[in-house]
Amino acid sequence: MTASTKEYLLEASDVSKRYGAVVALKSASLRVRPGEAHALMGANGAGKSTLVKVLTGAVRPDEGTITVRGRERMAHSPAEARRGGLVSVYQEPALIPDLDISSNLRLTETPLEPFRDWVHQLGLGKLDLSRMARDLPLATLRIIDLARALAIRPDVLMLDEITAALPANLTESVLEVVASERGGEGSIIFISHRMTEIASVCDRATVLREGVTVGVVDISADSADRIVELMLGEAVGEMPERTERPALASQGNEVPRLEVRSLGSSGRLRDVSFDVRAGEVVGLVALEGQGQDELFDILAGSEHASTGEVLVDGRPVSFRHPADAIRAGIVFVPADRAEALLMQRSVRENIALPFSAPISGWGPIRRSKEKPKVDKAIDTLQIDTRAQKEVRLLSGGNQQKVTIARWVAGGVQTMLCFDPTRGIDIRTKHQVYLLLRDLAEAGAAVLIYTSELSEIQLVCDRAIVIFGGEVVAEIDASEADEATLLRAAHNLRSDALLPEEIVAAVVAAEEEADGAGEEPAHPTPGEEPGDDRGSDETSDL
Amino acid sequence: MIRRHGWTLGLVGILLVLLVVTRIIQPTYGAAGVQGLAVSVLPLAFAAVAQAIAVIARGIDLSVGSMMALTSVISASLMEDRSEGFAVLVVIGVLLIGCVLGAVNGSLIVVTRVPDIVVTLAMLFVWAGCALLVLGTPGGGSAEWLRSLTGGSILNAWIPKAALLLLVIVAAIWIPIRRSRLGLSLYAIGSDPLAAYRSGVSVARTKIFAYTLTGLFSAFAGLTLTATTGIGTPVPGPYTLLSVAAVVLGGVSLAGGRGGVFGPIVAVVILSLLRTDMTFLNVNTNLATVAQGLILVGVVMVGSLLQLRKREP
Amino acid sequence: MTDTATTTDSRPRWLTTTGLRALFRERPIIPLIGLLAVLVVVSELIRPGIVNLNWGGVMVRAAVPLAILAGCQTMTMLTGGIDLSVGAVASMSGFVVATLVGGPGLATGILVALAVAAIVGLISGIGVGIFRVHPLIMTLGMSLVVLGFANVWQIQMVQTGSGVPDQFRDLGAGIFLGFVPRSLLLFLPLAILIILGLNRTGYGRLLYAIGDNPIASRLSGARSWQVLIVLYVISAVLAGVAGFLYSGLTNVASVTLADTAVLPSVAAAVIGGTSIMGGRGGYGGTMIGALILTVISSILSSLGYPEAVRQILFGALIIFVAAAYTRVTET
Repeated sequence: MTASTKEYLLEASDVSKRYGAVVALKSASLRVRPGEAHALMGANGAGKSTLVKVLTGAVRPDEGTITVRGRERMAHSPAEARRGGLVSVYQEPALIPDLDISSNLRLTETPLEPFRDWVHQLGLGKLDLSRMARDLPLATLRIIDLARALAIRPDVLMLDEITAALPANLTESVLEVVASERGGEGSIIFISHRMTEIASVCDRATVLREGVTVGVVDISADSADRIVELMLGEAVGEMPERTERPALASQGNEVPRLEVRSLGSSGRLRDVSFDVRAGEVVGLVALEGQGQDELFDILAGSEHASTGEVLVDGRPVSFRHPADAIRAGIVFVPADRAEALLMQRSVRENIALPFSAPISGWGPIRRSKEKPKVDKAIDTLQIDTRAQKEVRLLSGGNQQKVTIARWVAGGVQTMLCFDPTRGIDIRTKHQVYLLLRDLAEAGAAVLIYTSELSEIQLVCDRAIVIFGGEVVAEIDASEADEATLLRAAHNLRSDALLPEEIVAAVVAAEEEADGAGEEPAHPTPGEEPGDDRGSDETSDL
Repeated sequence: MIRRHGWTLGLVGILLVLLVVTRIIQPTYGAAGVQGLAVSVLPLAFAAVAQAIAVIARGIDLSVGSMMALTSVISASLMEDRSEGFAVLVVIGVLLIGCVLGAVNGSLIVVTRVPDIVVTLAMLFVWAGCALLVLGTPGGGSAEWLRSLTGGSILNAWIPKAALLLLVIVAAIWIPIRRSRLGLSLYAIGSDPLAAYRSGVSVARTKIFAYTLTGLFSAFAGLTLTATTGIGTPVPGPYTLLSVAAVVLGGVSLAGGRGGVFGPIVAVVILSLLRTDMTFLNVNTNLATVAQGLILVGVVMVGSLLQLRKREP
Repeated sequence: MTDTATTTDSRPRWLTTTGLRALFRERPIIPLIGLLAVLVVVSELIRPGIVNLNWGGVMVRAAVPLAILAGCQTMTMLTGGIDLSVGAVASMSGFVVATLVGGPGLATGILVALAVAAIVGLISGIGVGIFRVHPLIMTLGMSLVVLGFANVWQIQMVQTGSGVPDQFRDLGAGIFLGFVPRSLLLFLPLAILIILGLNRTGYGRLLYAIGDNPIASRLSGARSWQVLIVLYVISAVLAGVAGFLYSGLTNVASVTLADTAVLPSVAAAVIGGTSIMGGRGGYGGTMIGALILTVISSILSSLGYPEAVRQILFGALIIFVAAAYTRVTET
């Protein structure tokens, strides 16, 4: 269905891009009207970031056309895109760490006055421009990046997960700004997976799934369901119900496999205590930056704790290197596959790596001993080894399986997984869930951190919630529904409003007060600034 | 401000201390000594500046020594038995040639996408070969005015012309660039090429520009080589490696994006002065080489350690 | 979301451009052998009749010490490093033996030379592995140290008669069966050790792993400092051995004998397909690379081209080959 090209400010059609075996985009399209805030949605790996990169010229598509204000414009670099009126603000701020802020502004030829105004409006009061970018916190850099983009009044402003890892007050300001820019000359493309944010500031949403545009939805009160339907696509089989397992709680006198007592680091981890028993899967829940990264790094042997202790099978341990942790039976699956995998090596090499790591393993490789273990791991995880020359050619899901297979091959006693299902397709996710449960059933102690709250009830026996570097709640799986977890993660009383609900209320109030010049009601202060993950009714797939 | 230039200031401090020590070891060390020092470090100092610029842009140029040799022999063979006026043209021409050499290096790096080390390693051979084609053996000559420009002192017996020449040239070229947007781009691509790219910097063009500057300063180094020795030498000598050493000692991070050109210059002077001191102390010249190497290694190890410590909270 | 690559083409798979690229990427040694063959043909064309077994033997004999040094580079480059001290170490070791063979004897000489080499490697390894100094700088500094040390040694040792021992001359320059260089007797076992070491041992695996992804290696329990220290010791000792061959081949003992071999050793590794960024490469290609460089040198000198042209062509060749590899190994 064609509309006159004047109707759209930005029109991307039939955009395709592949990376080796992976199809990132297949005939994707995006049409943005002038003055609207348009959401770009889709599961992780659906192609949102790739589409943005194509639009901003960071990546060249295999096929497709882009028109801005009716004129065809395929940008080949961010500089070119910027000249064409398209500016993108990424999750990693594009600020040069070794330059101070004013130099950074000069680099992008940002007009100073408008920049300062925007910084103010975005809620960052006093900003010292002489500070080096590397010394400022991430949230501040994000705001600076955004202010920089707004200051040049672009035709199309793309915001890629702009509110991720932002404290609530800044999120509020950002959303206010986005909402107020609507109806103007330019448009905003808003990429996010937070339904409530999108519901409160966007006009329409384009949904991508597996690289294809599957629908464009007008945002209204009940568009959320439709969007979720589009994002999920064909119904994937329900996860099999959890069979009742012999209650572990009754084994009170048994020594826990892993015990953490008053653990603290010099970072954001303050005082955490909990334990994990053999045979159980414990899920850690926390907003971003509450200390969970440090916790896992300490348990994995990558970092030192400054206070407290860790006990394995009742014995205190002190790790100076991941090798020590591995020797104590603790294995770590990190969130970032790029950290865990040898991208240029084969699947087998990657899986067998821990066998060669200690000095005892430096000698000749015993193929006869190694091969069966590796084969079994590949089998257990159902890894697709067709493209096995180099792991970097595998899909995200298969790559994640390799990171887990590496430890399964050697036998798992205690497994730590940090966000194990980040950015992988739903089928693989289910396979991973089942595997984790199987491992526990076979006697392993599994500790996972996840940002997808729906996983807790699917995989875990209980949930531990961390806030401000401390454990604030321990919830049994049967009671760990998303809403409860979310409230606990925000360290809120169960009846308190979530930050997003507050923001939505503010925006609604502003719209009501529009023209009357009334002061909109402000939310009650007192909520702790933590990252809000969104009370997505839709699970973050 | 102190933090930004801390390393360089520290080096200057060490240099002053060393000068005092030298005076103590050799009480006759005076203006003449300082002058000799200045003249002898001139080529290496320019080479260090050349290298510093490449390293700041997150590159490295192993062909600095060869470019020096090439420009040295070109200038020497062209200036031989010619008028003083012609020599001026030669100097200008050679400087332009240096820019071209550097631009070639940079363009190859950008176009082939082969790492800087490998490309400049290869170009080291190429430029050295070209130098040999121009002059099979050391020879040629140097214009009088050029030689007098670098020798002796000016204004005051204690201010060597060589030092003044070095500082004026480097300051006149580098400081305006450093302050400009182009200079910012240089540091940007060294500090974080991706962020620079996203900020709209043309990484390719900036990189080529950086290497062009390296070529230019290598040409200065080659010219001063001709000027101070009176002839052109086609053999590269240890300048490349020493320039890298001086850059590291001078506080420029090999990771790019940090440091300046004056630190390496001071580092060159310090290294040279240490050498002189050891001669005064009648230390075997080879032991001096060992010491120089050990110092380089030691300083770099300590520097790395400090960097590691800083990263841990 | 994996896709199987299917060729609907009727041409044989390897002949298509994608096929050729895949060939380059996965079995780079085949095009390298092809290049070598071309160079041999060129040699024949330039001096008809020159190419025979004797000539081949001479080429191999000259390439062997270079191939050993290039092996040092291959191994260190796999971890993302480099060893610029191999020239100085090789020179030093040949020199030390030459000065000791008159007095304390050959065995002592060899032991001392290799012991010094091992110490140099140890220091380099400590610098790179523990202090995290960039290998370029570390090995550079050590090369200056070794040079200075060798000069000091020279002055101390000038009294005792010195000269390259006969055994070295036999080994380095000797030929048997009419055309087979004696040095192959030393080199072939060494080469097999290196290849097996890289491909069949856990240690070799770790070299690749550390070069590919140091973080992943660490998380898998590898202590990189251990691996690196051992690596640079091995590299230095190998360089020492190469030094014996160099001094035997040229019948010269000098502290700067092998200095001009450093950069060609890097070139041989690069041409052979070892990536300077780490994680990719192998010794087979390096050996062919060393041969290729040797044959090119021979071609150029038989063409009467001055040393200068050889250098220029070397440089151009490195860039060309490296660019081709980069093109082919990028997705």
